[in-house]
Amino acid sequence: MTKVLMQGNKVIAEAAIRAGCRFYAGYPITPQNEIPEYMAERLRQVEGGVFVQSESEVAAIHMVIGASAAGARSMTSSSGPGISIKQEGISSMAACQLPAVIVNMMRGGPGLGNISPSQGDYFQATRGGGHGDYRTIVLGPASAQELADLTMDAFDLADRYRTPVMILADGMMGQMMEPVVFKEPEPRAYPEGLIMKGAGAGKRKIIRGLILDPLALEEHNWMLDRKYRTIARQETRCELFRTEDAELILVAYGTAARIAKGAIKRLRDAGIRAGLFRPISLWPFPTNEVRDLATRIENFLVFEMSTGQMVEDVRLAIQGEARIGFFGRPGGVVPTPVELANVVMRRYDRERGITECC
Amino acid sequence: MKQVFCRPKSMTKNIFHYCAGCGHSIVHRLIAEVIDELGIRGIAIGVPPAGCAVLAYNYLDIDMIEAQHGRGPATATGVKRVLPDRVVFSYQGDGDLAAIGTAESFHAANRGENITVIFINNAVYGMTGGQMAPTSILGQRTTTSPAGRAALLDGHPVRVSEIFSQLPGTAYIERCMVNSPAAILKTRKAIRKAFQCQIDGRGFSLVEILSPCPTNWKMTPIDSCRWIDEVMCKEFPLGVMKDVPAVEQNEGG
Repeated sequence: MTKVLMQGNKVIAEAAIRAGCRFYAGYPITPQNEIPEYMAERLRQVEGGVFVQSESEVAAIHMVIGASAAGARSMTSSSGPGISIKQEGISSMAACQLPAVIVNMMRGGPGLGNISPSQGDYFQATRGGGHGDYRTIVLGPASAQELADLTMDAFDLADRYRTPVMILADGMMGQMMEPVVFKEPEPRAYPEGLIMKGAGAGKRKIIRGLILDPLALEEHNWMLDRKYRTIARQETRCELFRTEDAELILVAYGTAARIAKGAIKRLRDAGIRAGLFRPISLWPFPTNEVRDLATRIENFLVFEMSTGQMVEDVRLAIQGEARIGFFGRPGGVVPTPVELANVVMRRYDRERGITECC
Repeated sequence: MKQVFCRPKSMTKNIFHYCAGCGHSIVHRLIAEVIDELGIRGIAIGVPPAGCAVLAYNYLDIDMIEAQHGRGPATATGVKRVLPDRVVFSYQGDGDLAAIGTAESFHAANRGENITVIFINNAVYGMTGGQMAPTSILGQRTTTSPAGRAALLDGHPVRVSEIFSQLPGTAYIERCMVNSPAAILKTRKAIRKAFQCQIDGRGFSLVEILSPCPTNWKMTPIDSCRWIDEVMCKEFPLGVMKDVPAVEQNEGG
């Protein structure tokens, strides 16, 4: 196992190749352009590799649909504005139960916004994003190592549950360089029978999301819902950092969680026993895990690079059992650990607990 | 006794849901006949559109994957790139190809994707109830052009076959119609040539078919057939628009 120093976007692309991804379609958008560039080169080298620079984001996702149906491990990547236009296809994939990995290297929004790191796409990612009753598995890496590991895991999860999986990171994760060790991928376990490759001499297949009979579509919806409930039971992931003796828990994911770790060190130096709860699976959200903390810790501060989205999931999980404050920097602003530590110190004392907002 | 006519093997026994006089059922049958003739049922993969023909998989007994409105050529691109030895086609209407899916269709053609597009041009949005299509004729009254299509307000009918013929990536493009037995036989030949073009690896092929929609045209089936002859054919002239030999197509490889 060799350790290599790599830029985050390239880590995702290399991890995808090693996980057996053999089809990529995408459209240029900052801050993730190194992903299509790297895929263009690597898919040329590997057997059966196909790279298509599509005419649009919407074309890319529908190419991925075709490739996924035809049996290739498939991926597309983009950033906020591009992810918005991919939603049509993501909804289709959920309906048709097709696996694929979609990477969102978030930038500032709404609209064109800017190209700085942001976390404003949490709602879009975790609530389905497109039309209809569906969920998407969403993983939020916080280091280059996790970009590698979670990208590989994303392909396995997509296959296991026959559903699109999103990697939700941001421009910071994509641009920074860190040492990475690529793990050995699991062999692909996707049933041959699900692959559409022509009927041969046998029975043909139809892949569709159109179900005109309301009772039949209702049953399809409940079937998908049962699958999502299974995922919610089995696939939550989180990291607990210095929570054992904590009096105050910061809740943050991705880049924000890295900033929080820096802040926790400073807070502890100042005598405040802070810890971190970091959701890694953003959907399913690790509800039980954060609720367990709330049974013994009274103060939580949710920190996001947004105006406050994940904080709703934290409130739903904790259900009033603890005080929850929120601190956000939207619009592509990346605060320093010192700034976050200062915010906590201003808003928290042992007598009053945390104030809910500034 | 010699059997001279039967249901194609690549067709199911389902009864068409299409209106009386509609062209879709004729074209479905032609596709099935050609698939049988070429012996490609086992390697054919179809991509039906949104619209009346969304249920094409109820009639064509081959592997099929639905596409969202207009995205057929993108989905077909994904399938074909992964499985280059399969015969992959999309089936698209005029709104699908020339409005919401213009980009996907144009760029699949421009990339010279080795797929076949069956393009039904009936100058109207059928399934949604007869709204103006990008191919509606100037002056044509529809539910969204009640005073008739006006060039200044609504633009001009889009001549897909002529436009796509200009793209170097396209190999075979023909416009035909299905309003008489002779025209139907000609269309059958065109579909066969288009699939053969793909099998020979020559690149993008498209067959545009002027097709009656009596319900939304508010005409009898017979009048609809006549309207194709007298009006549609003037706007959309029939014929082979492009037929590039294999050698020339592959130059610059």
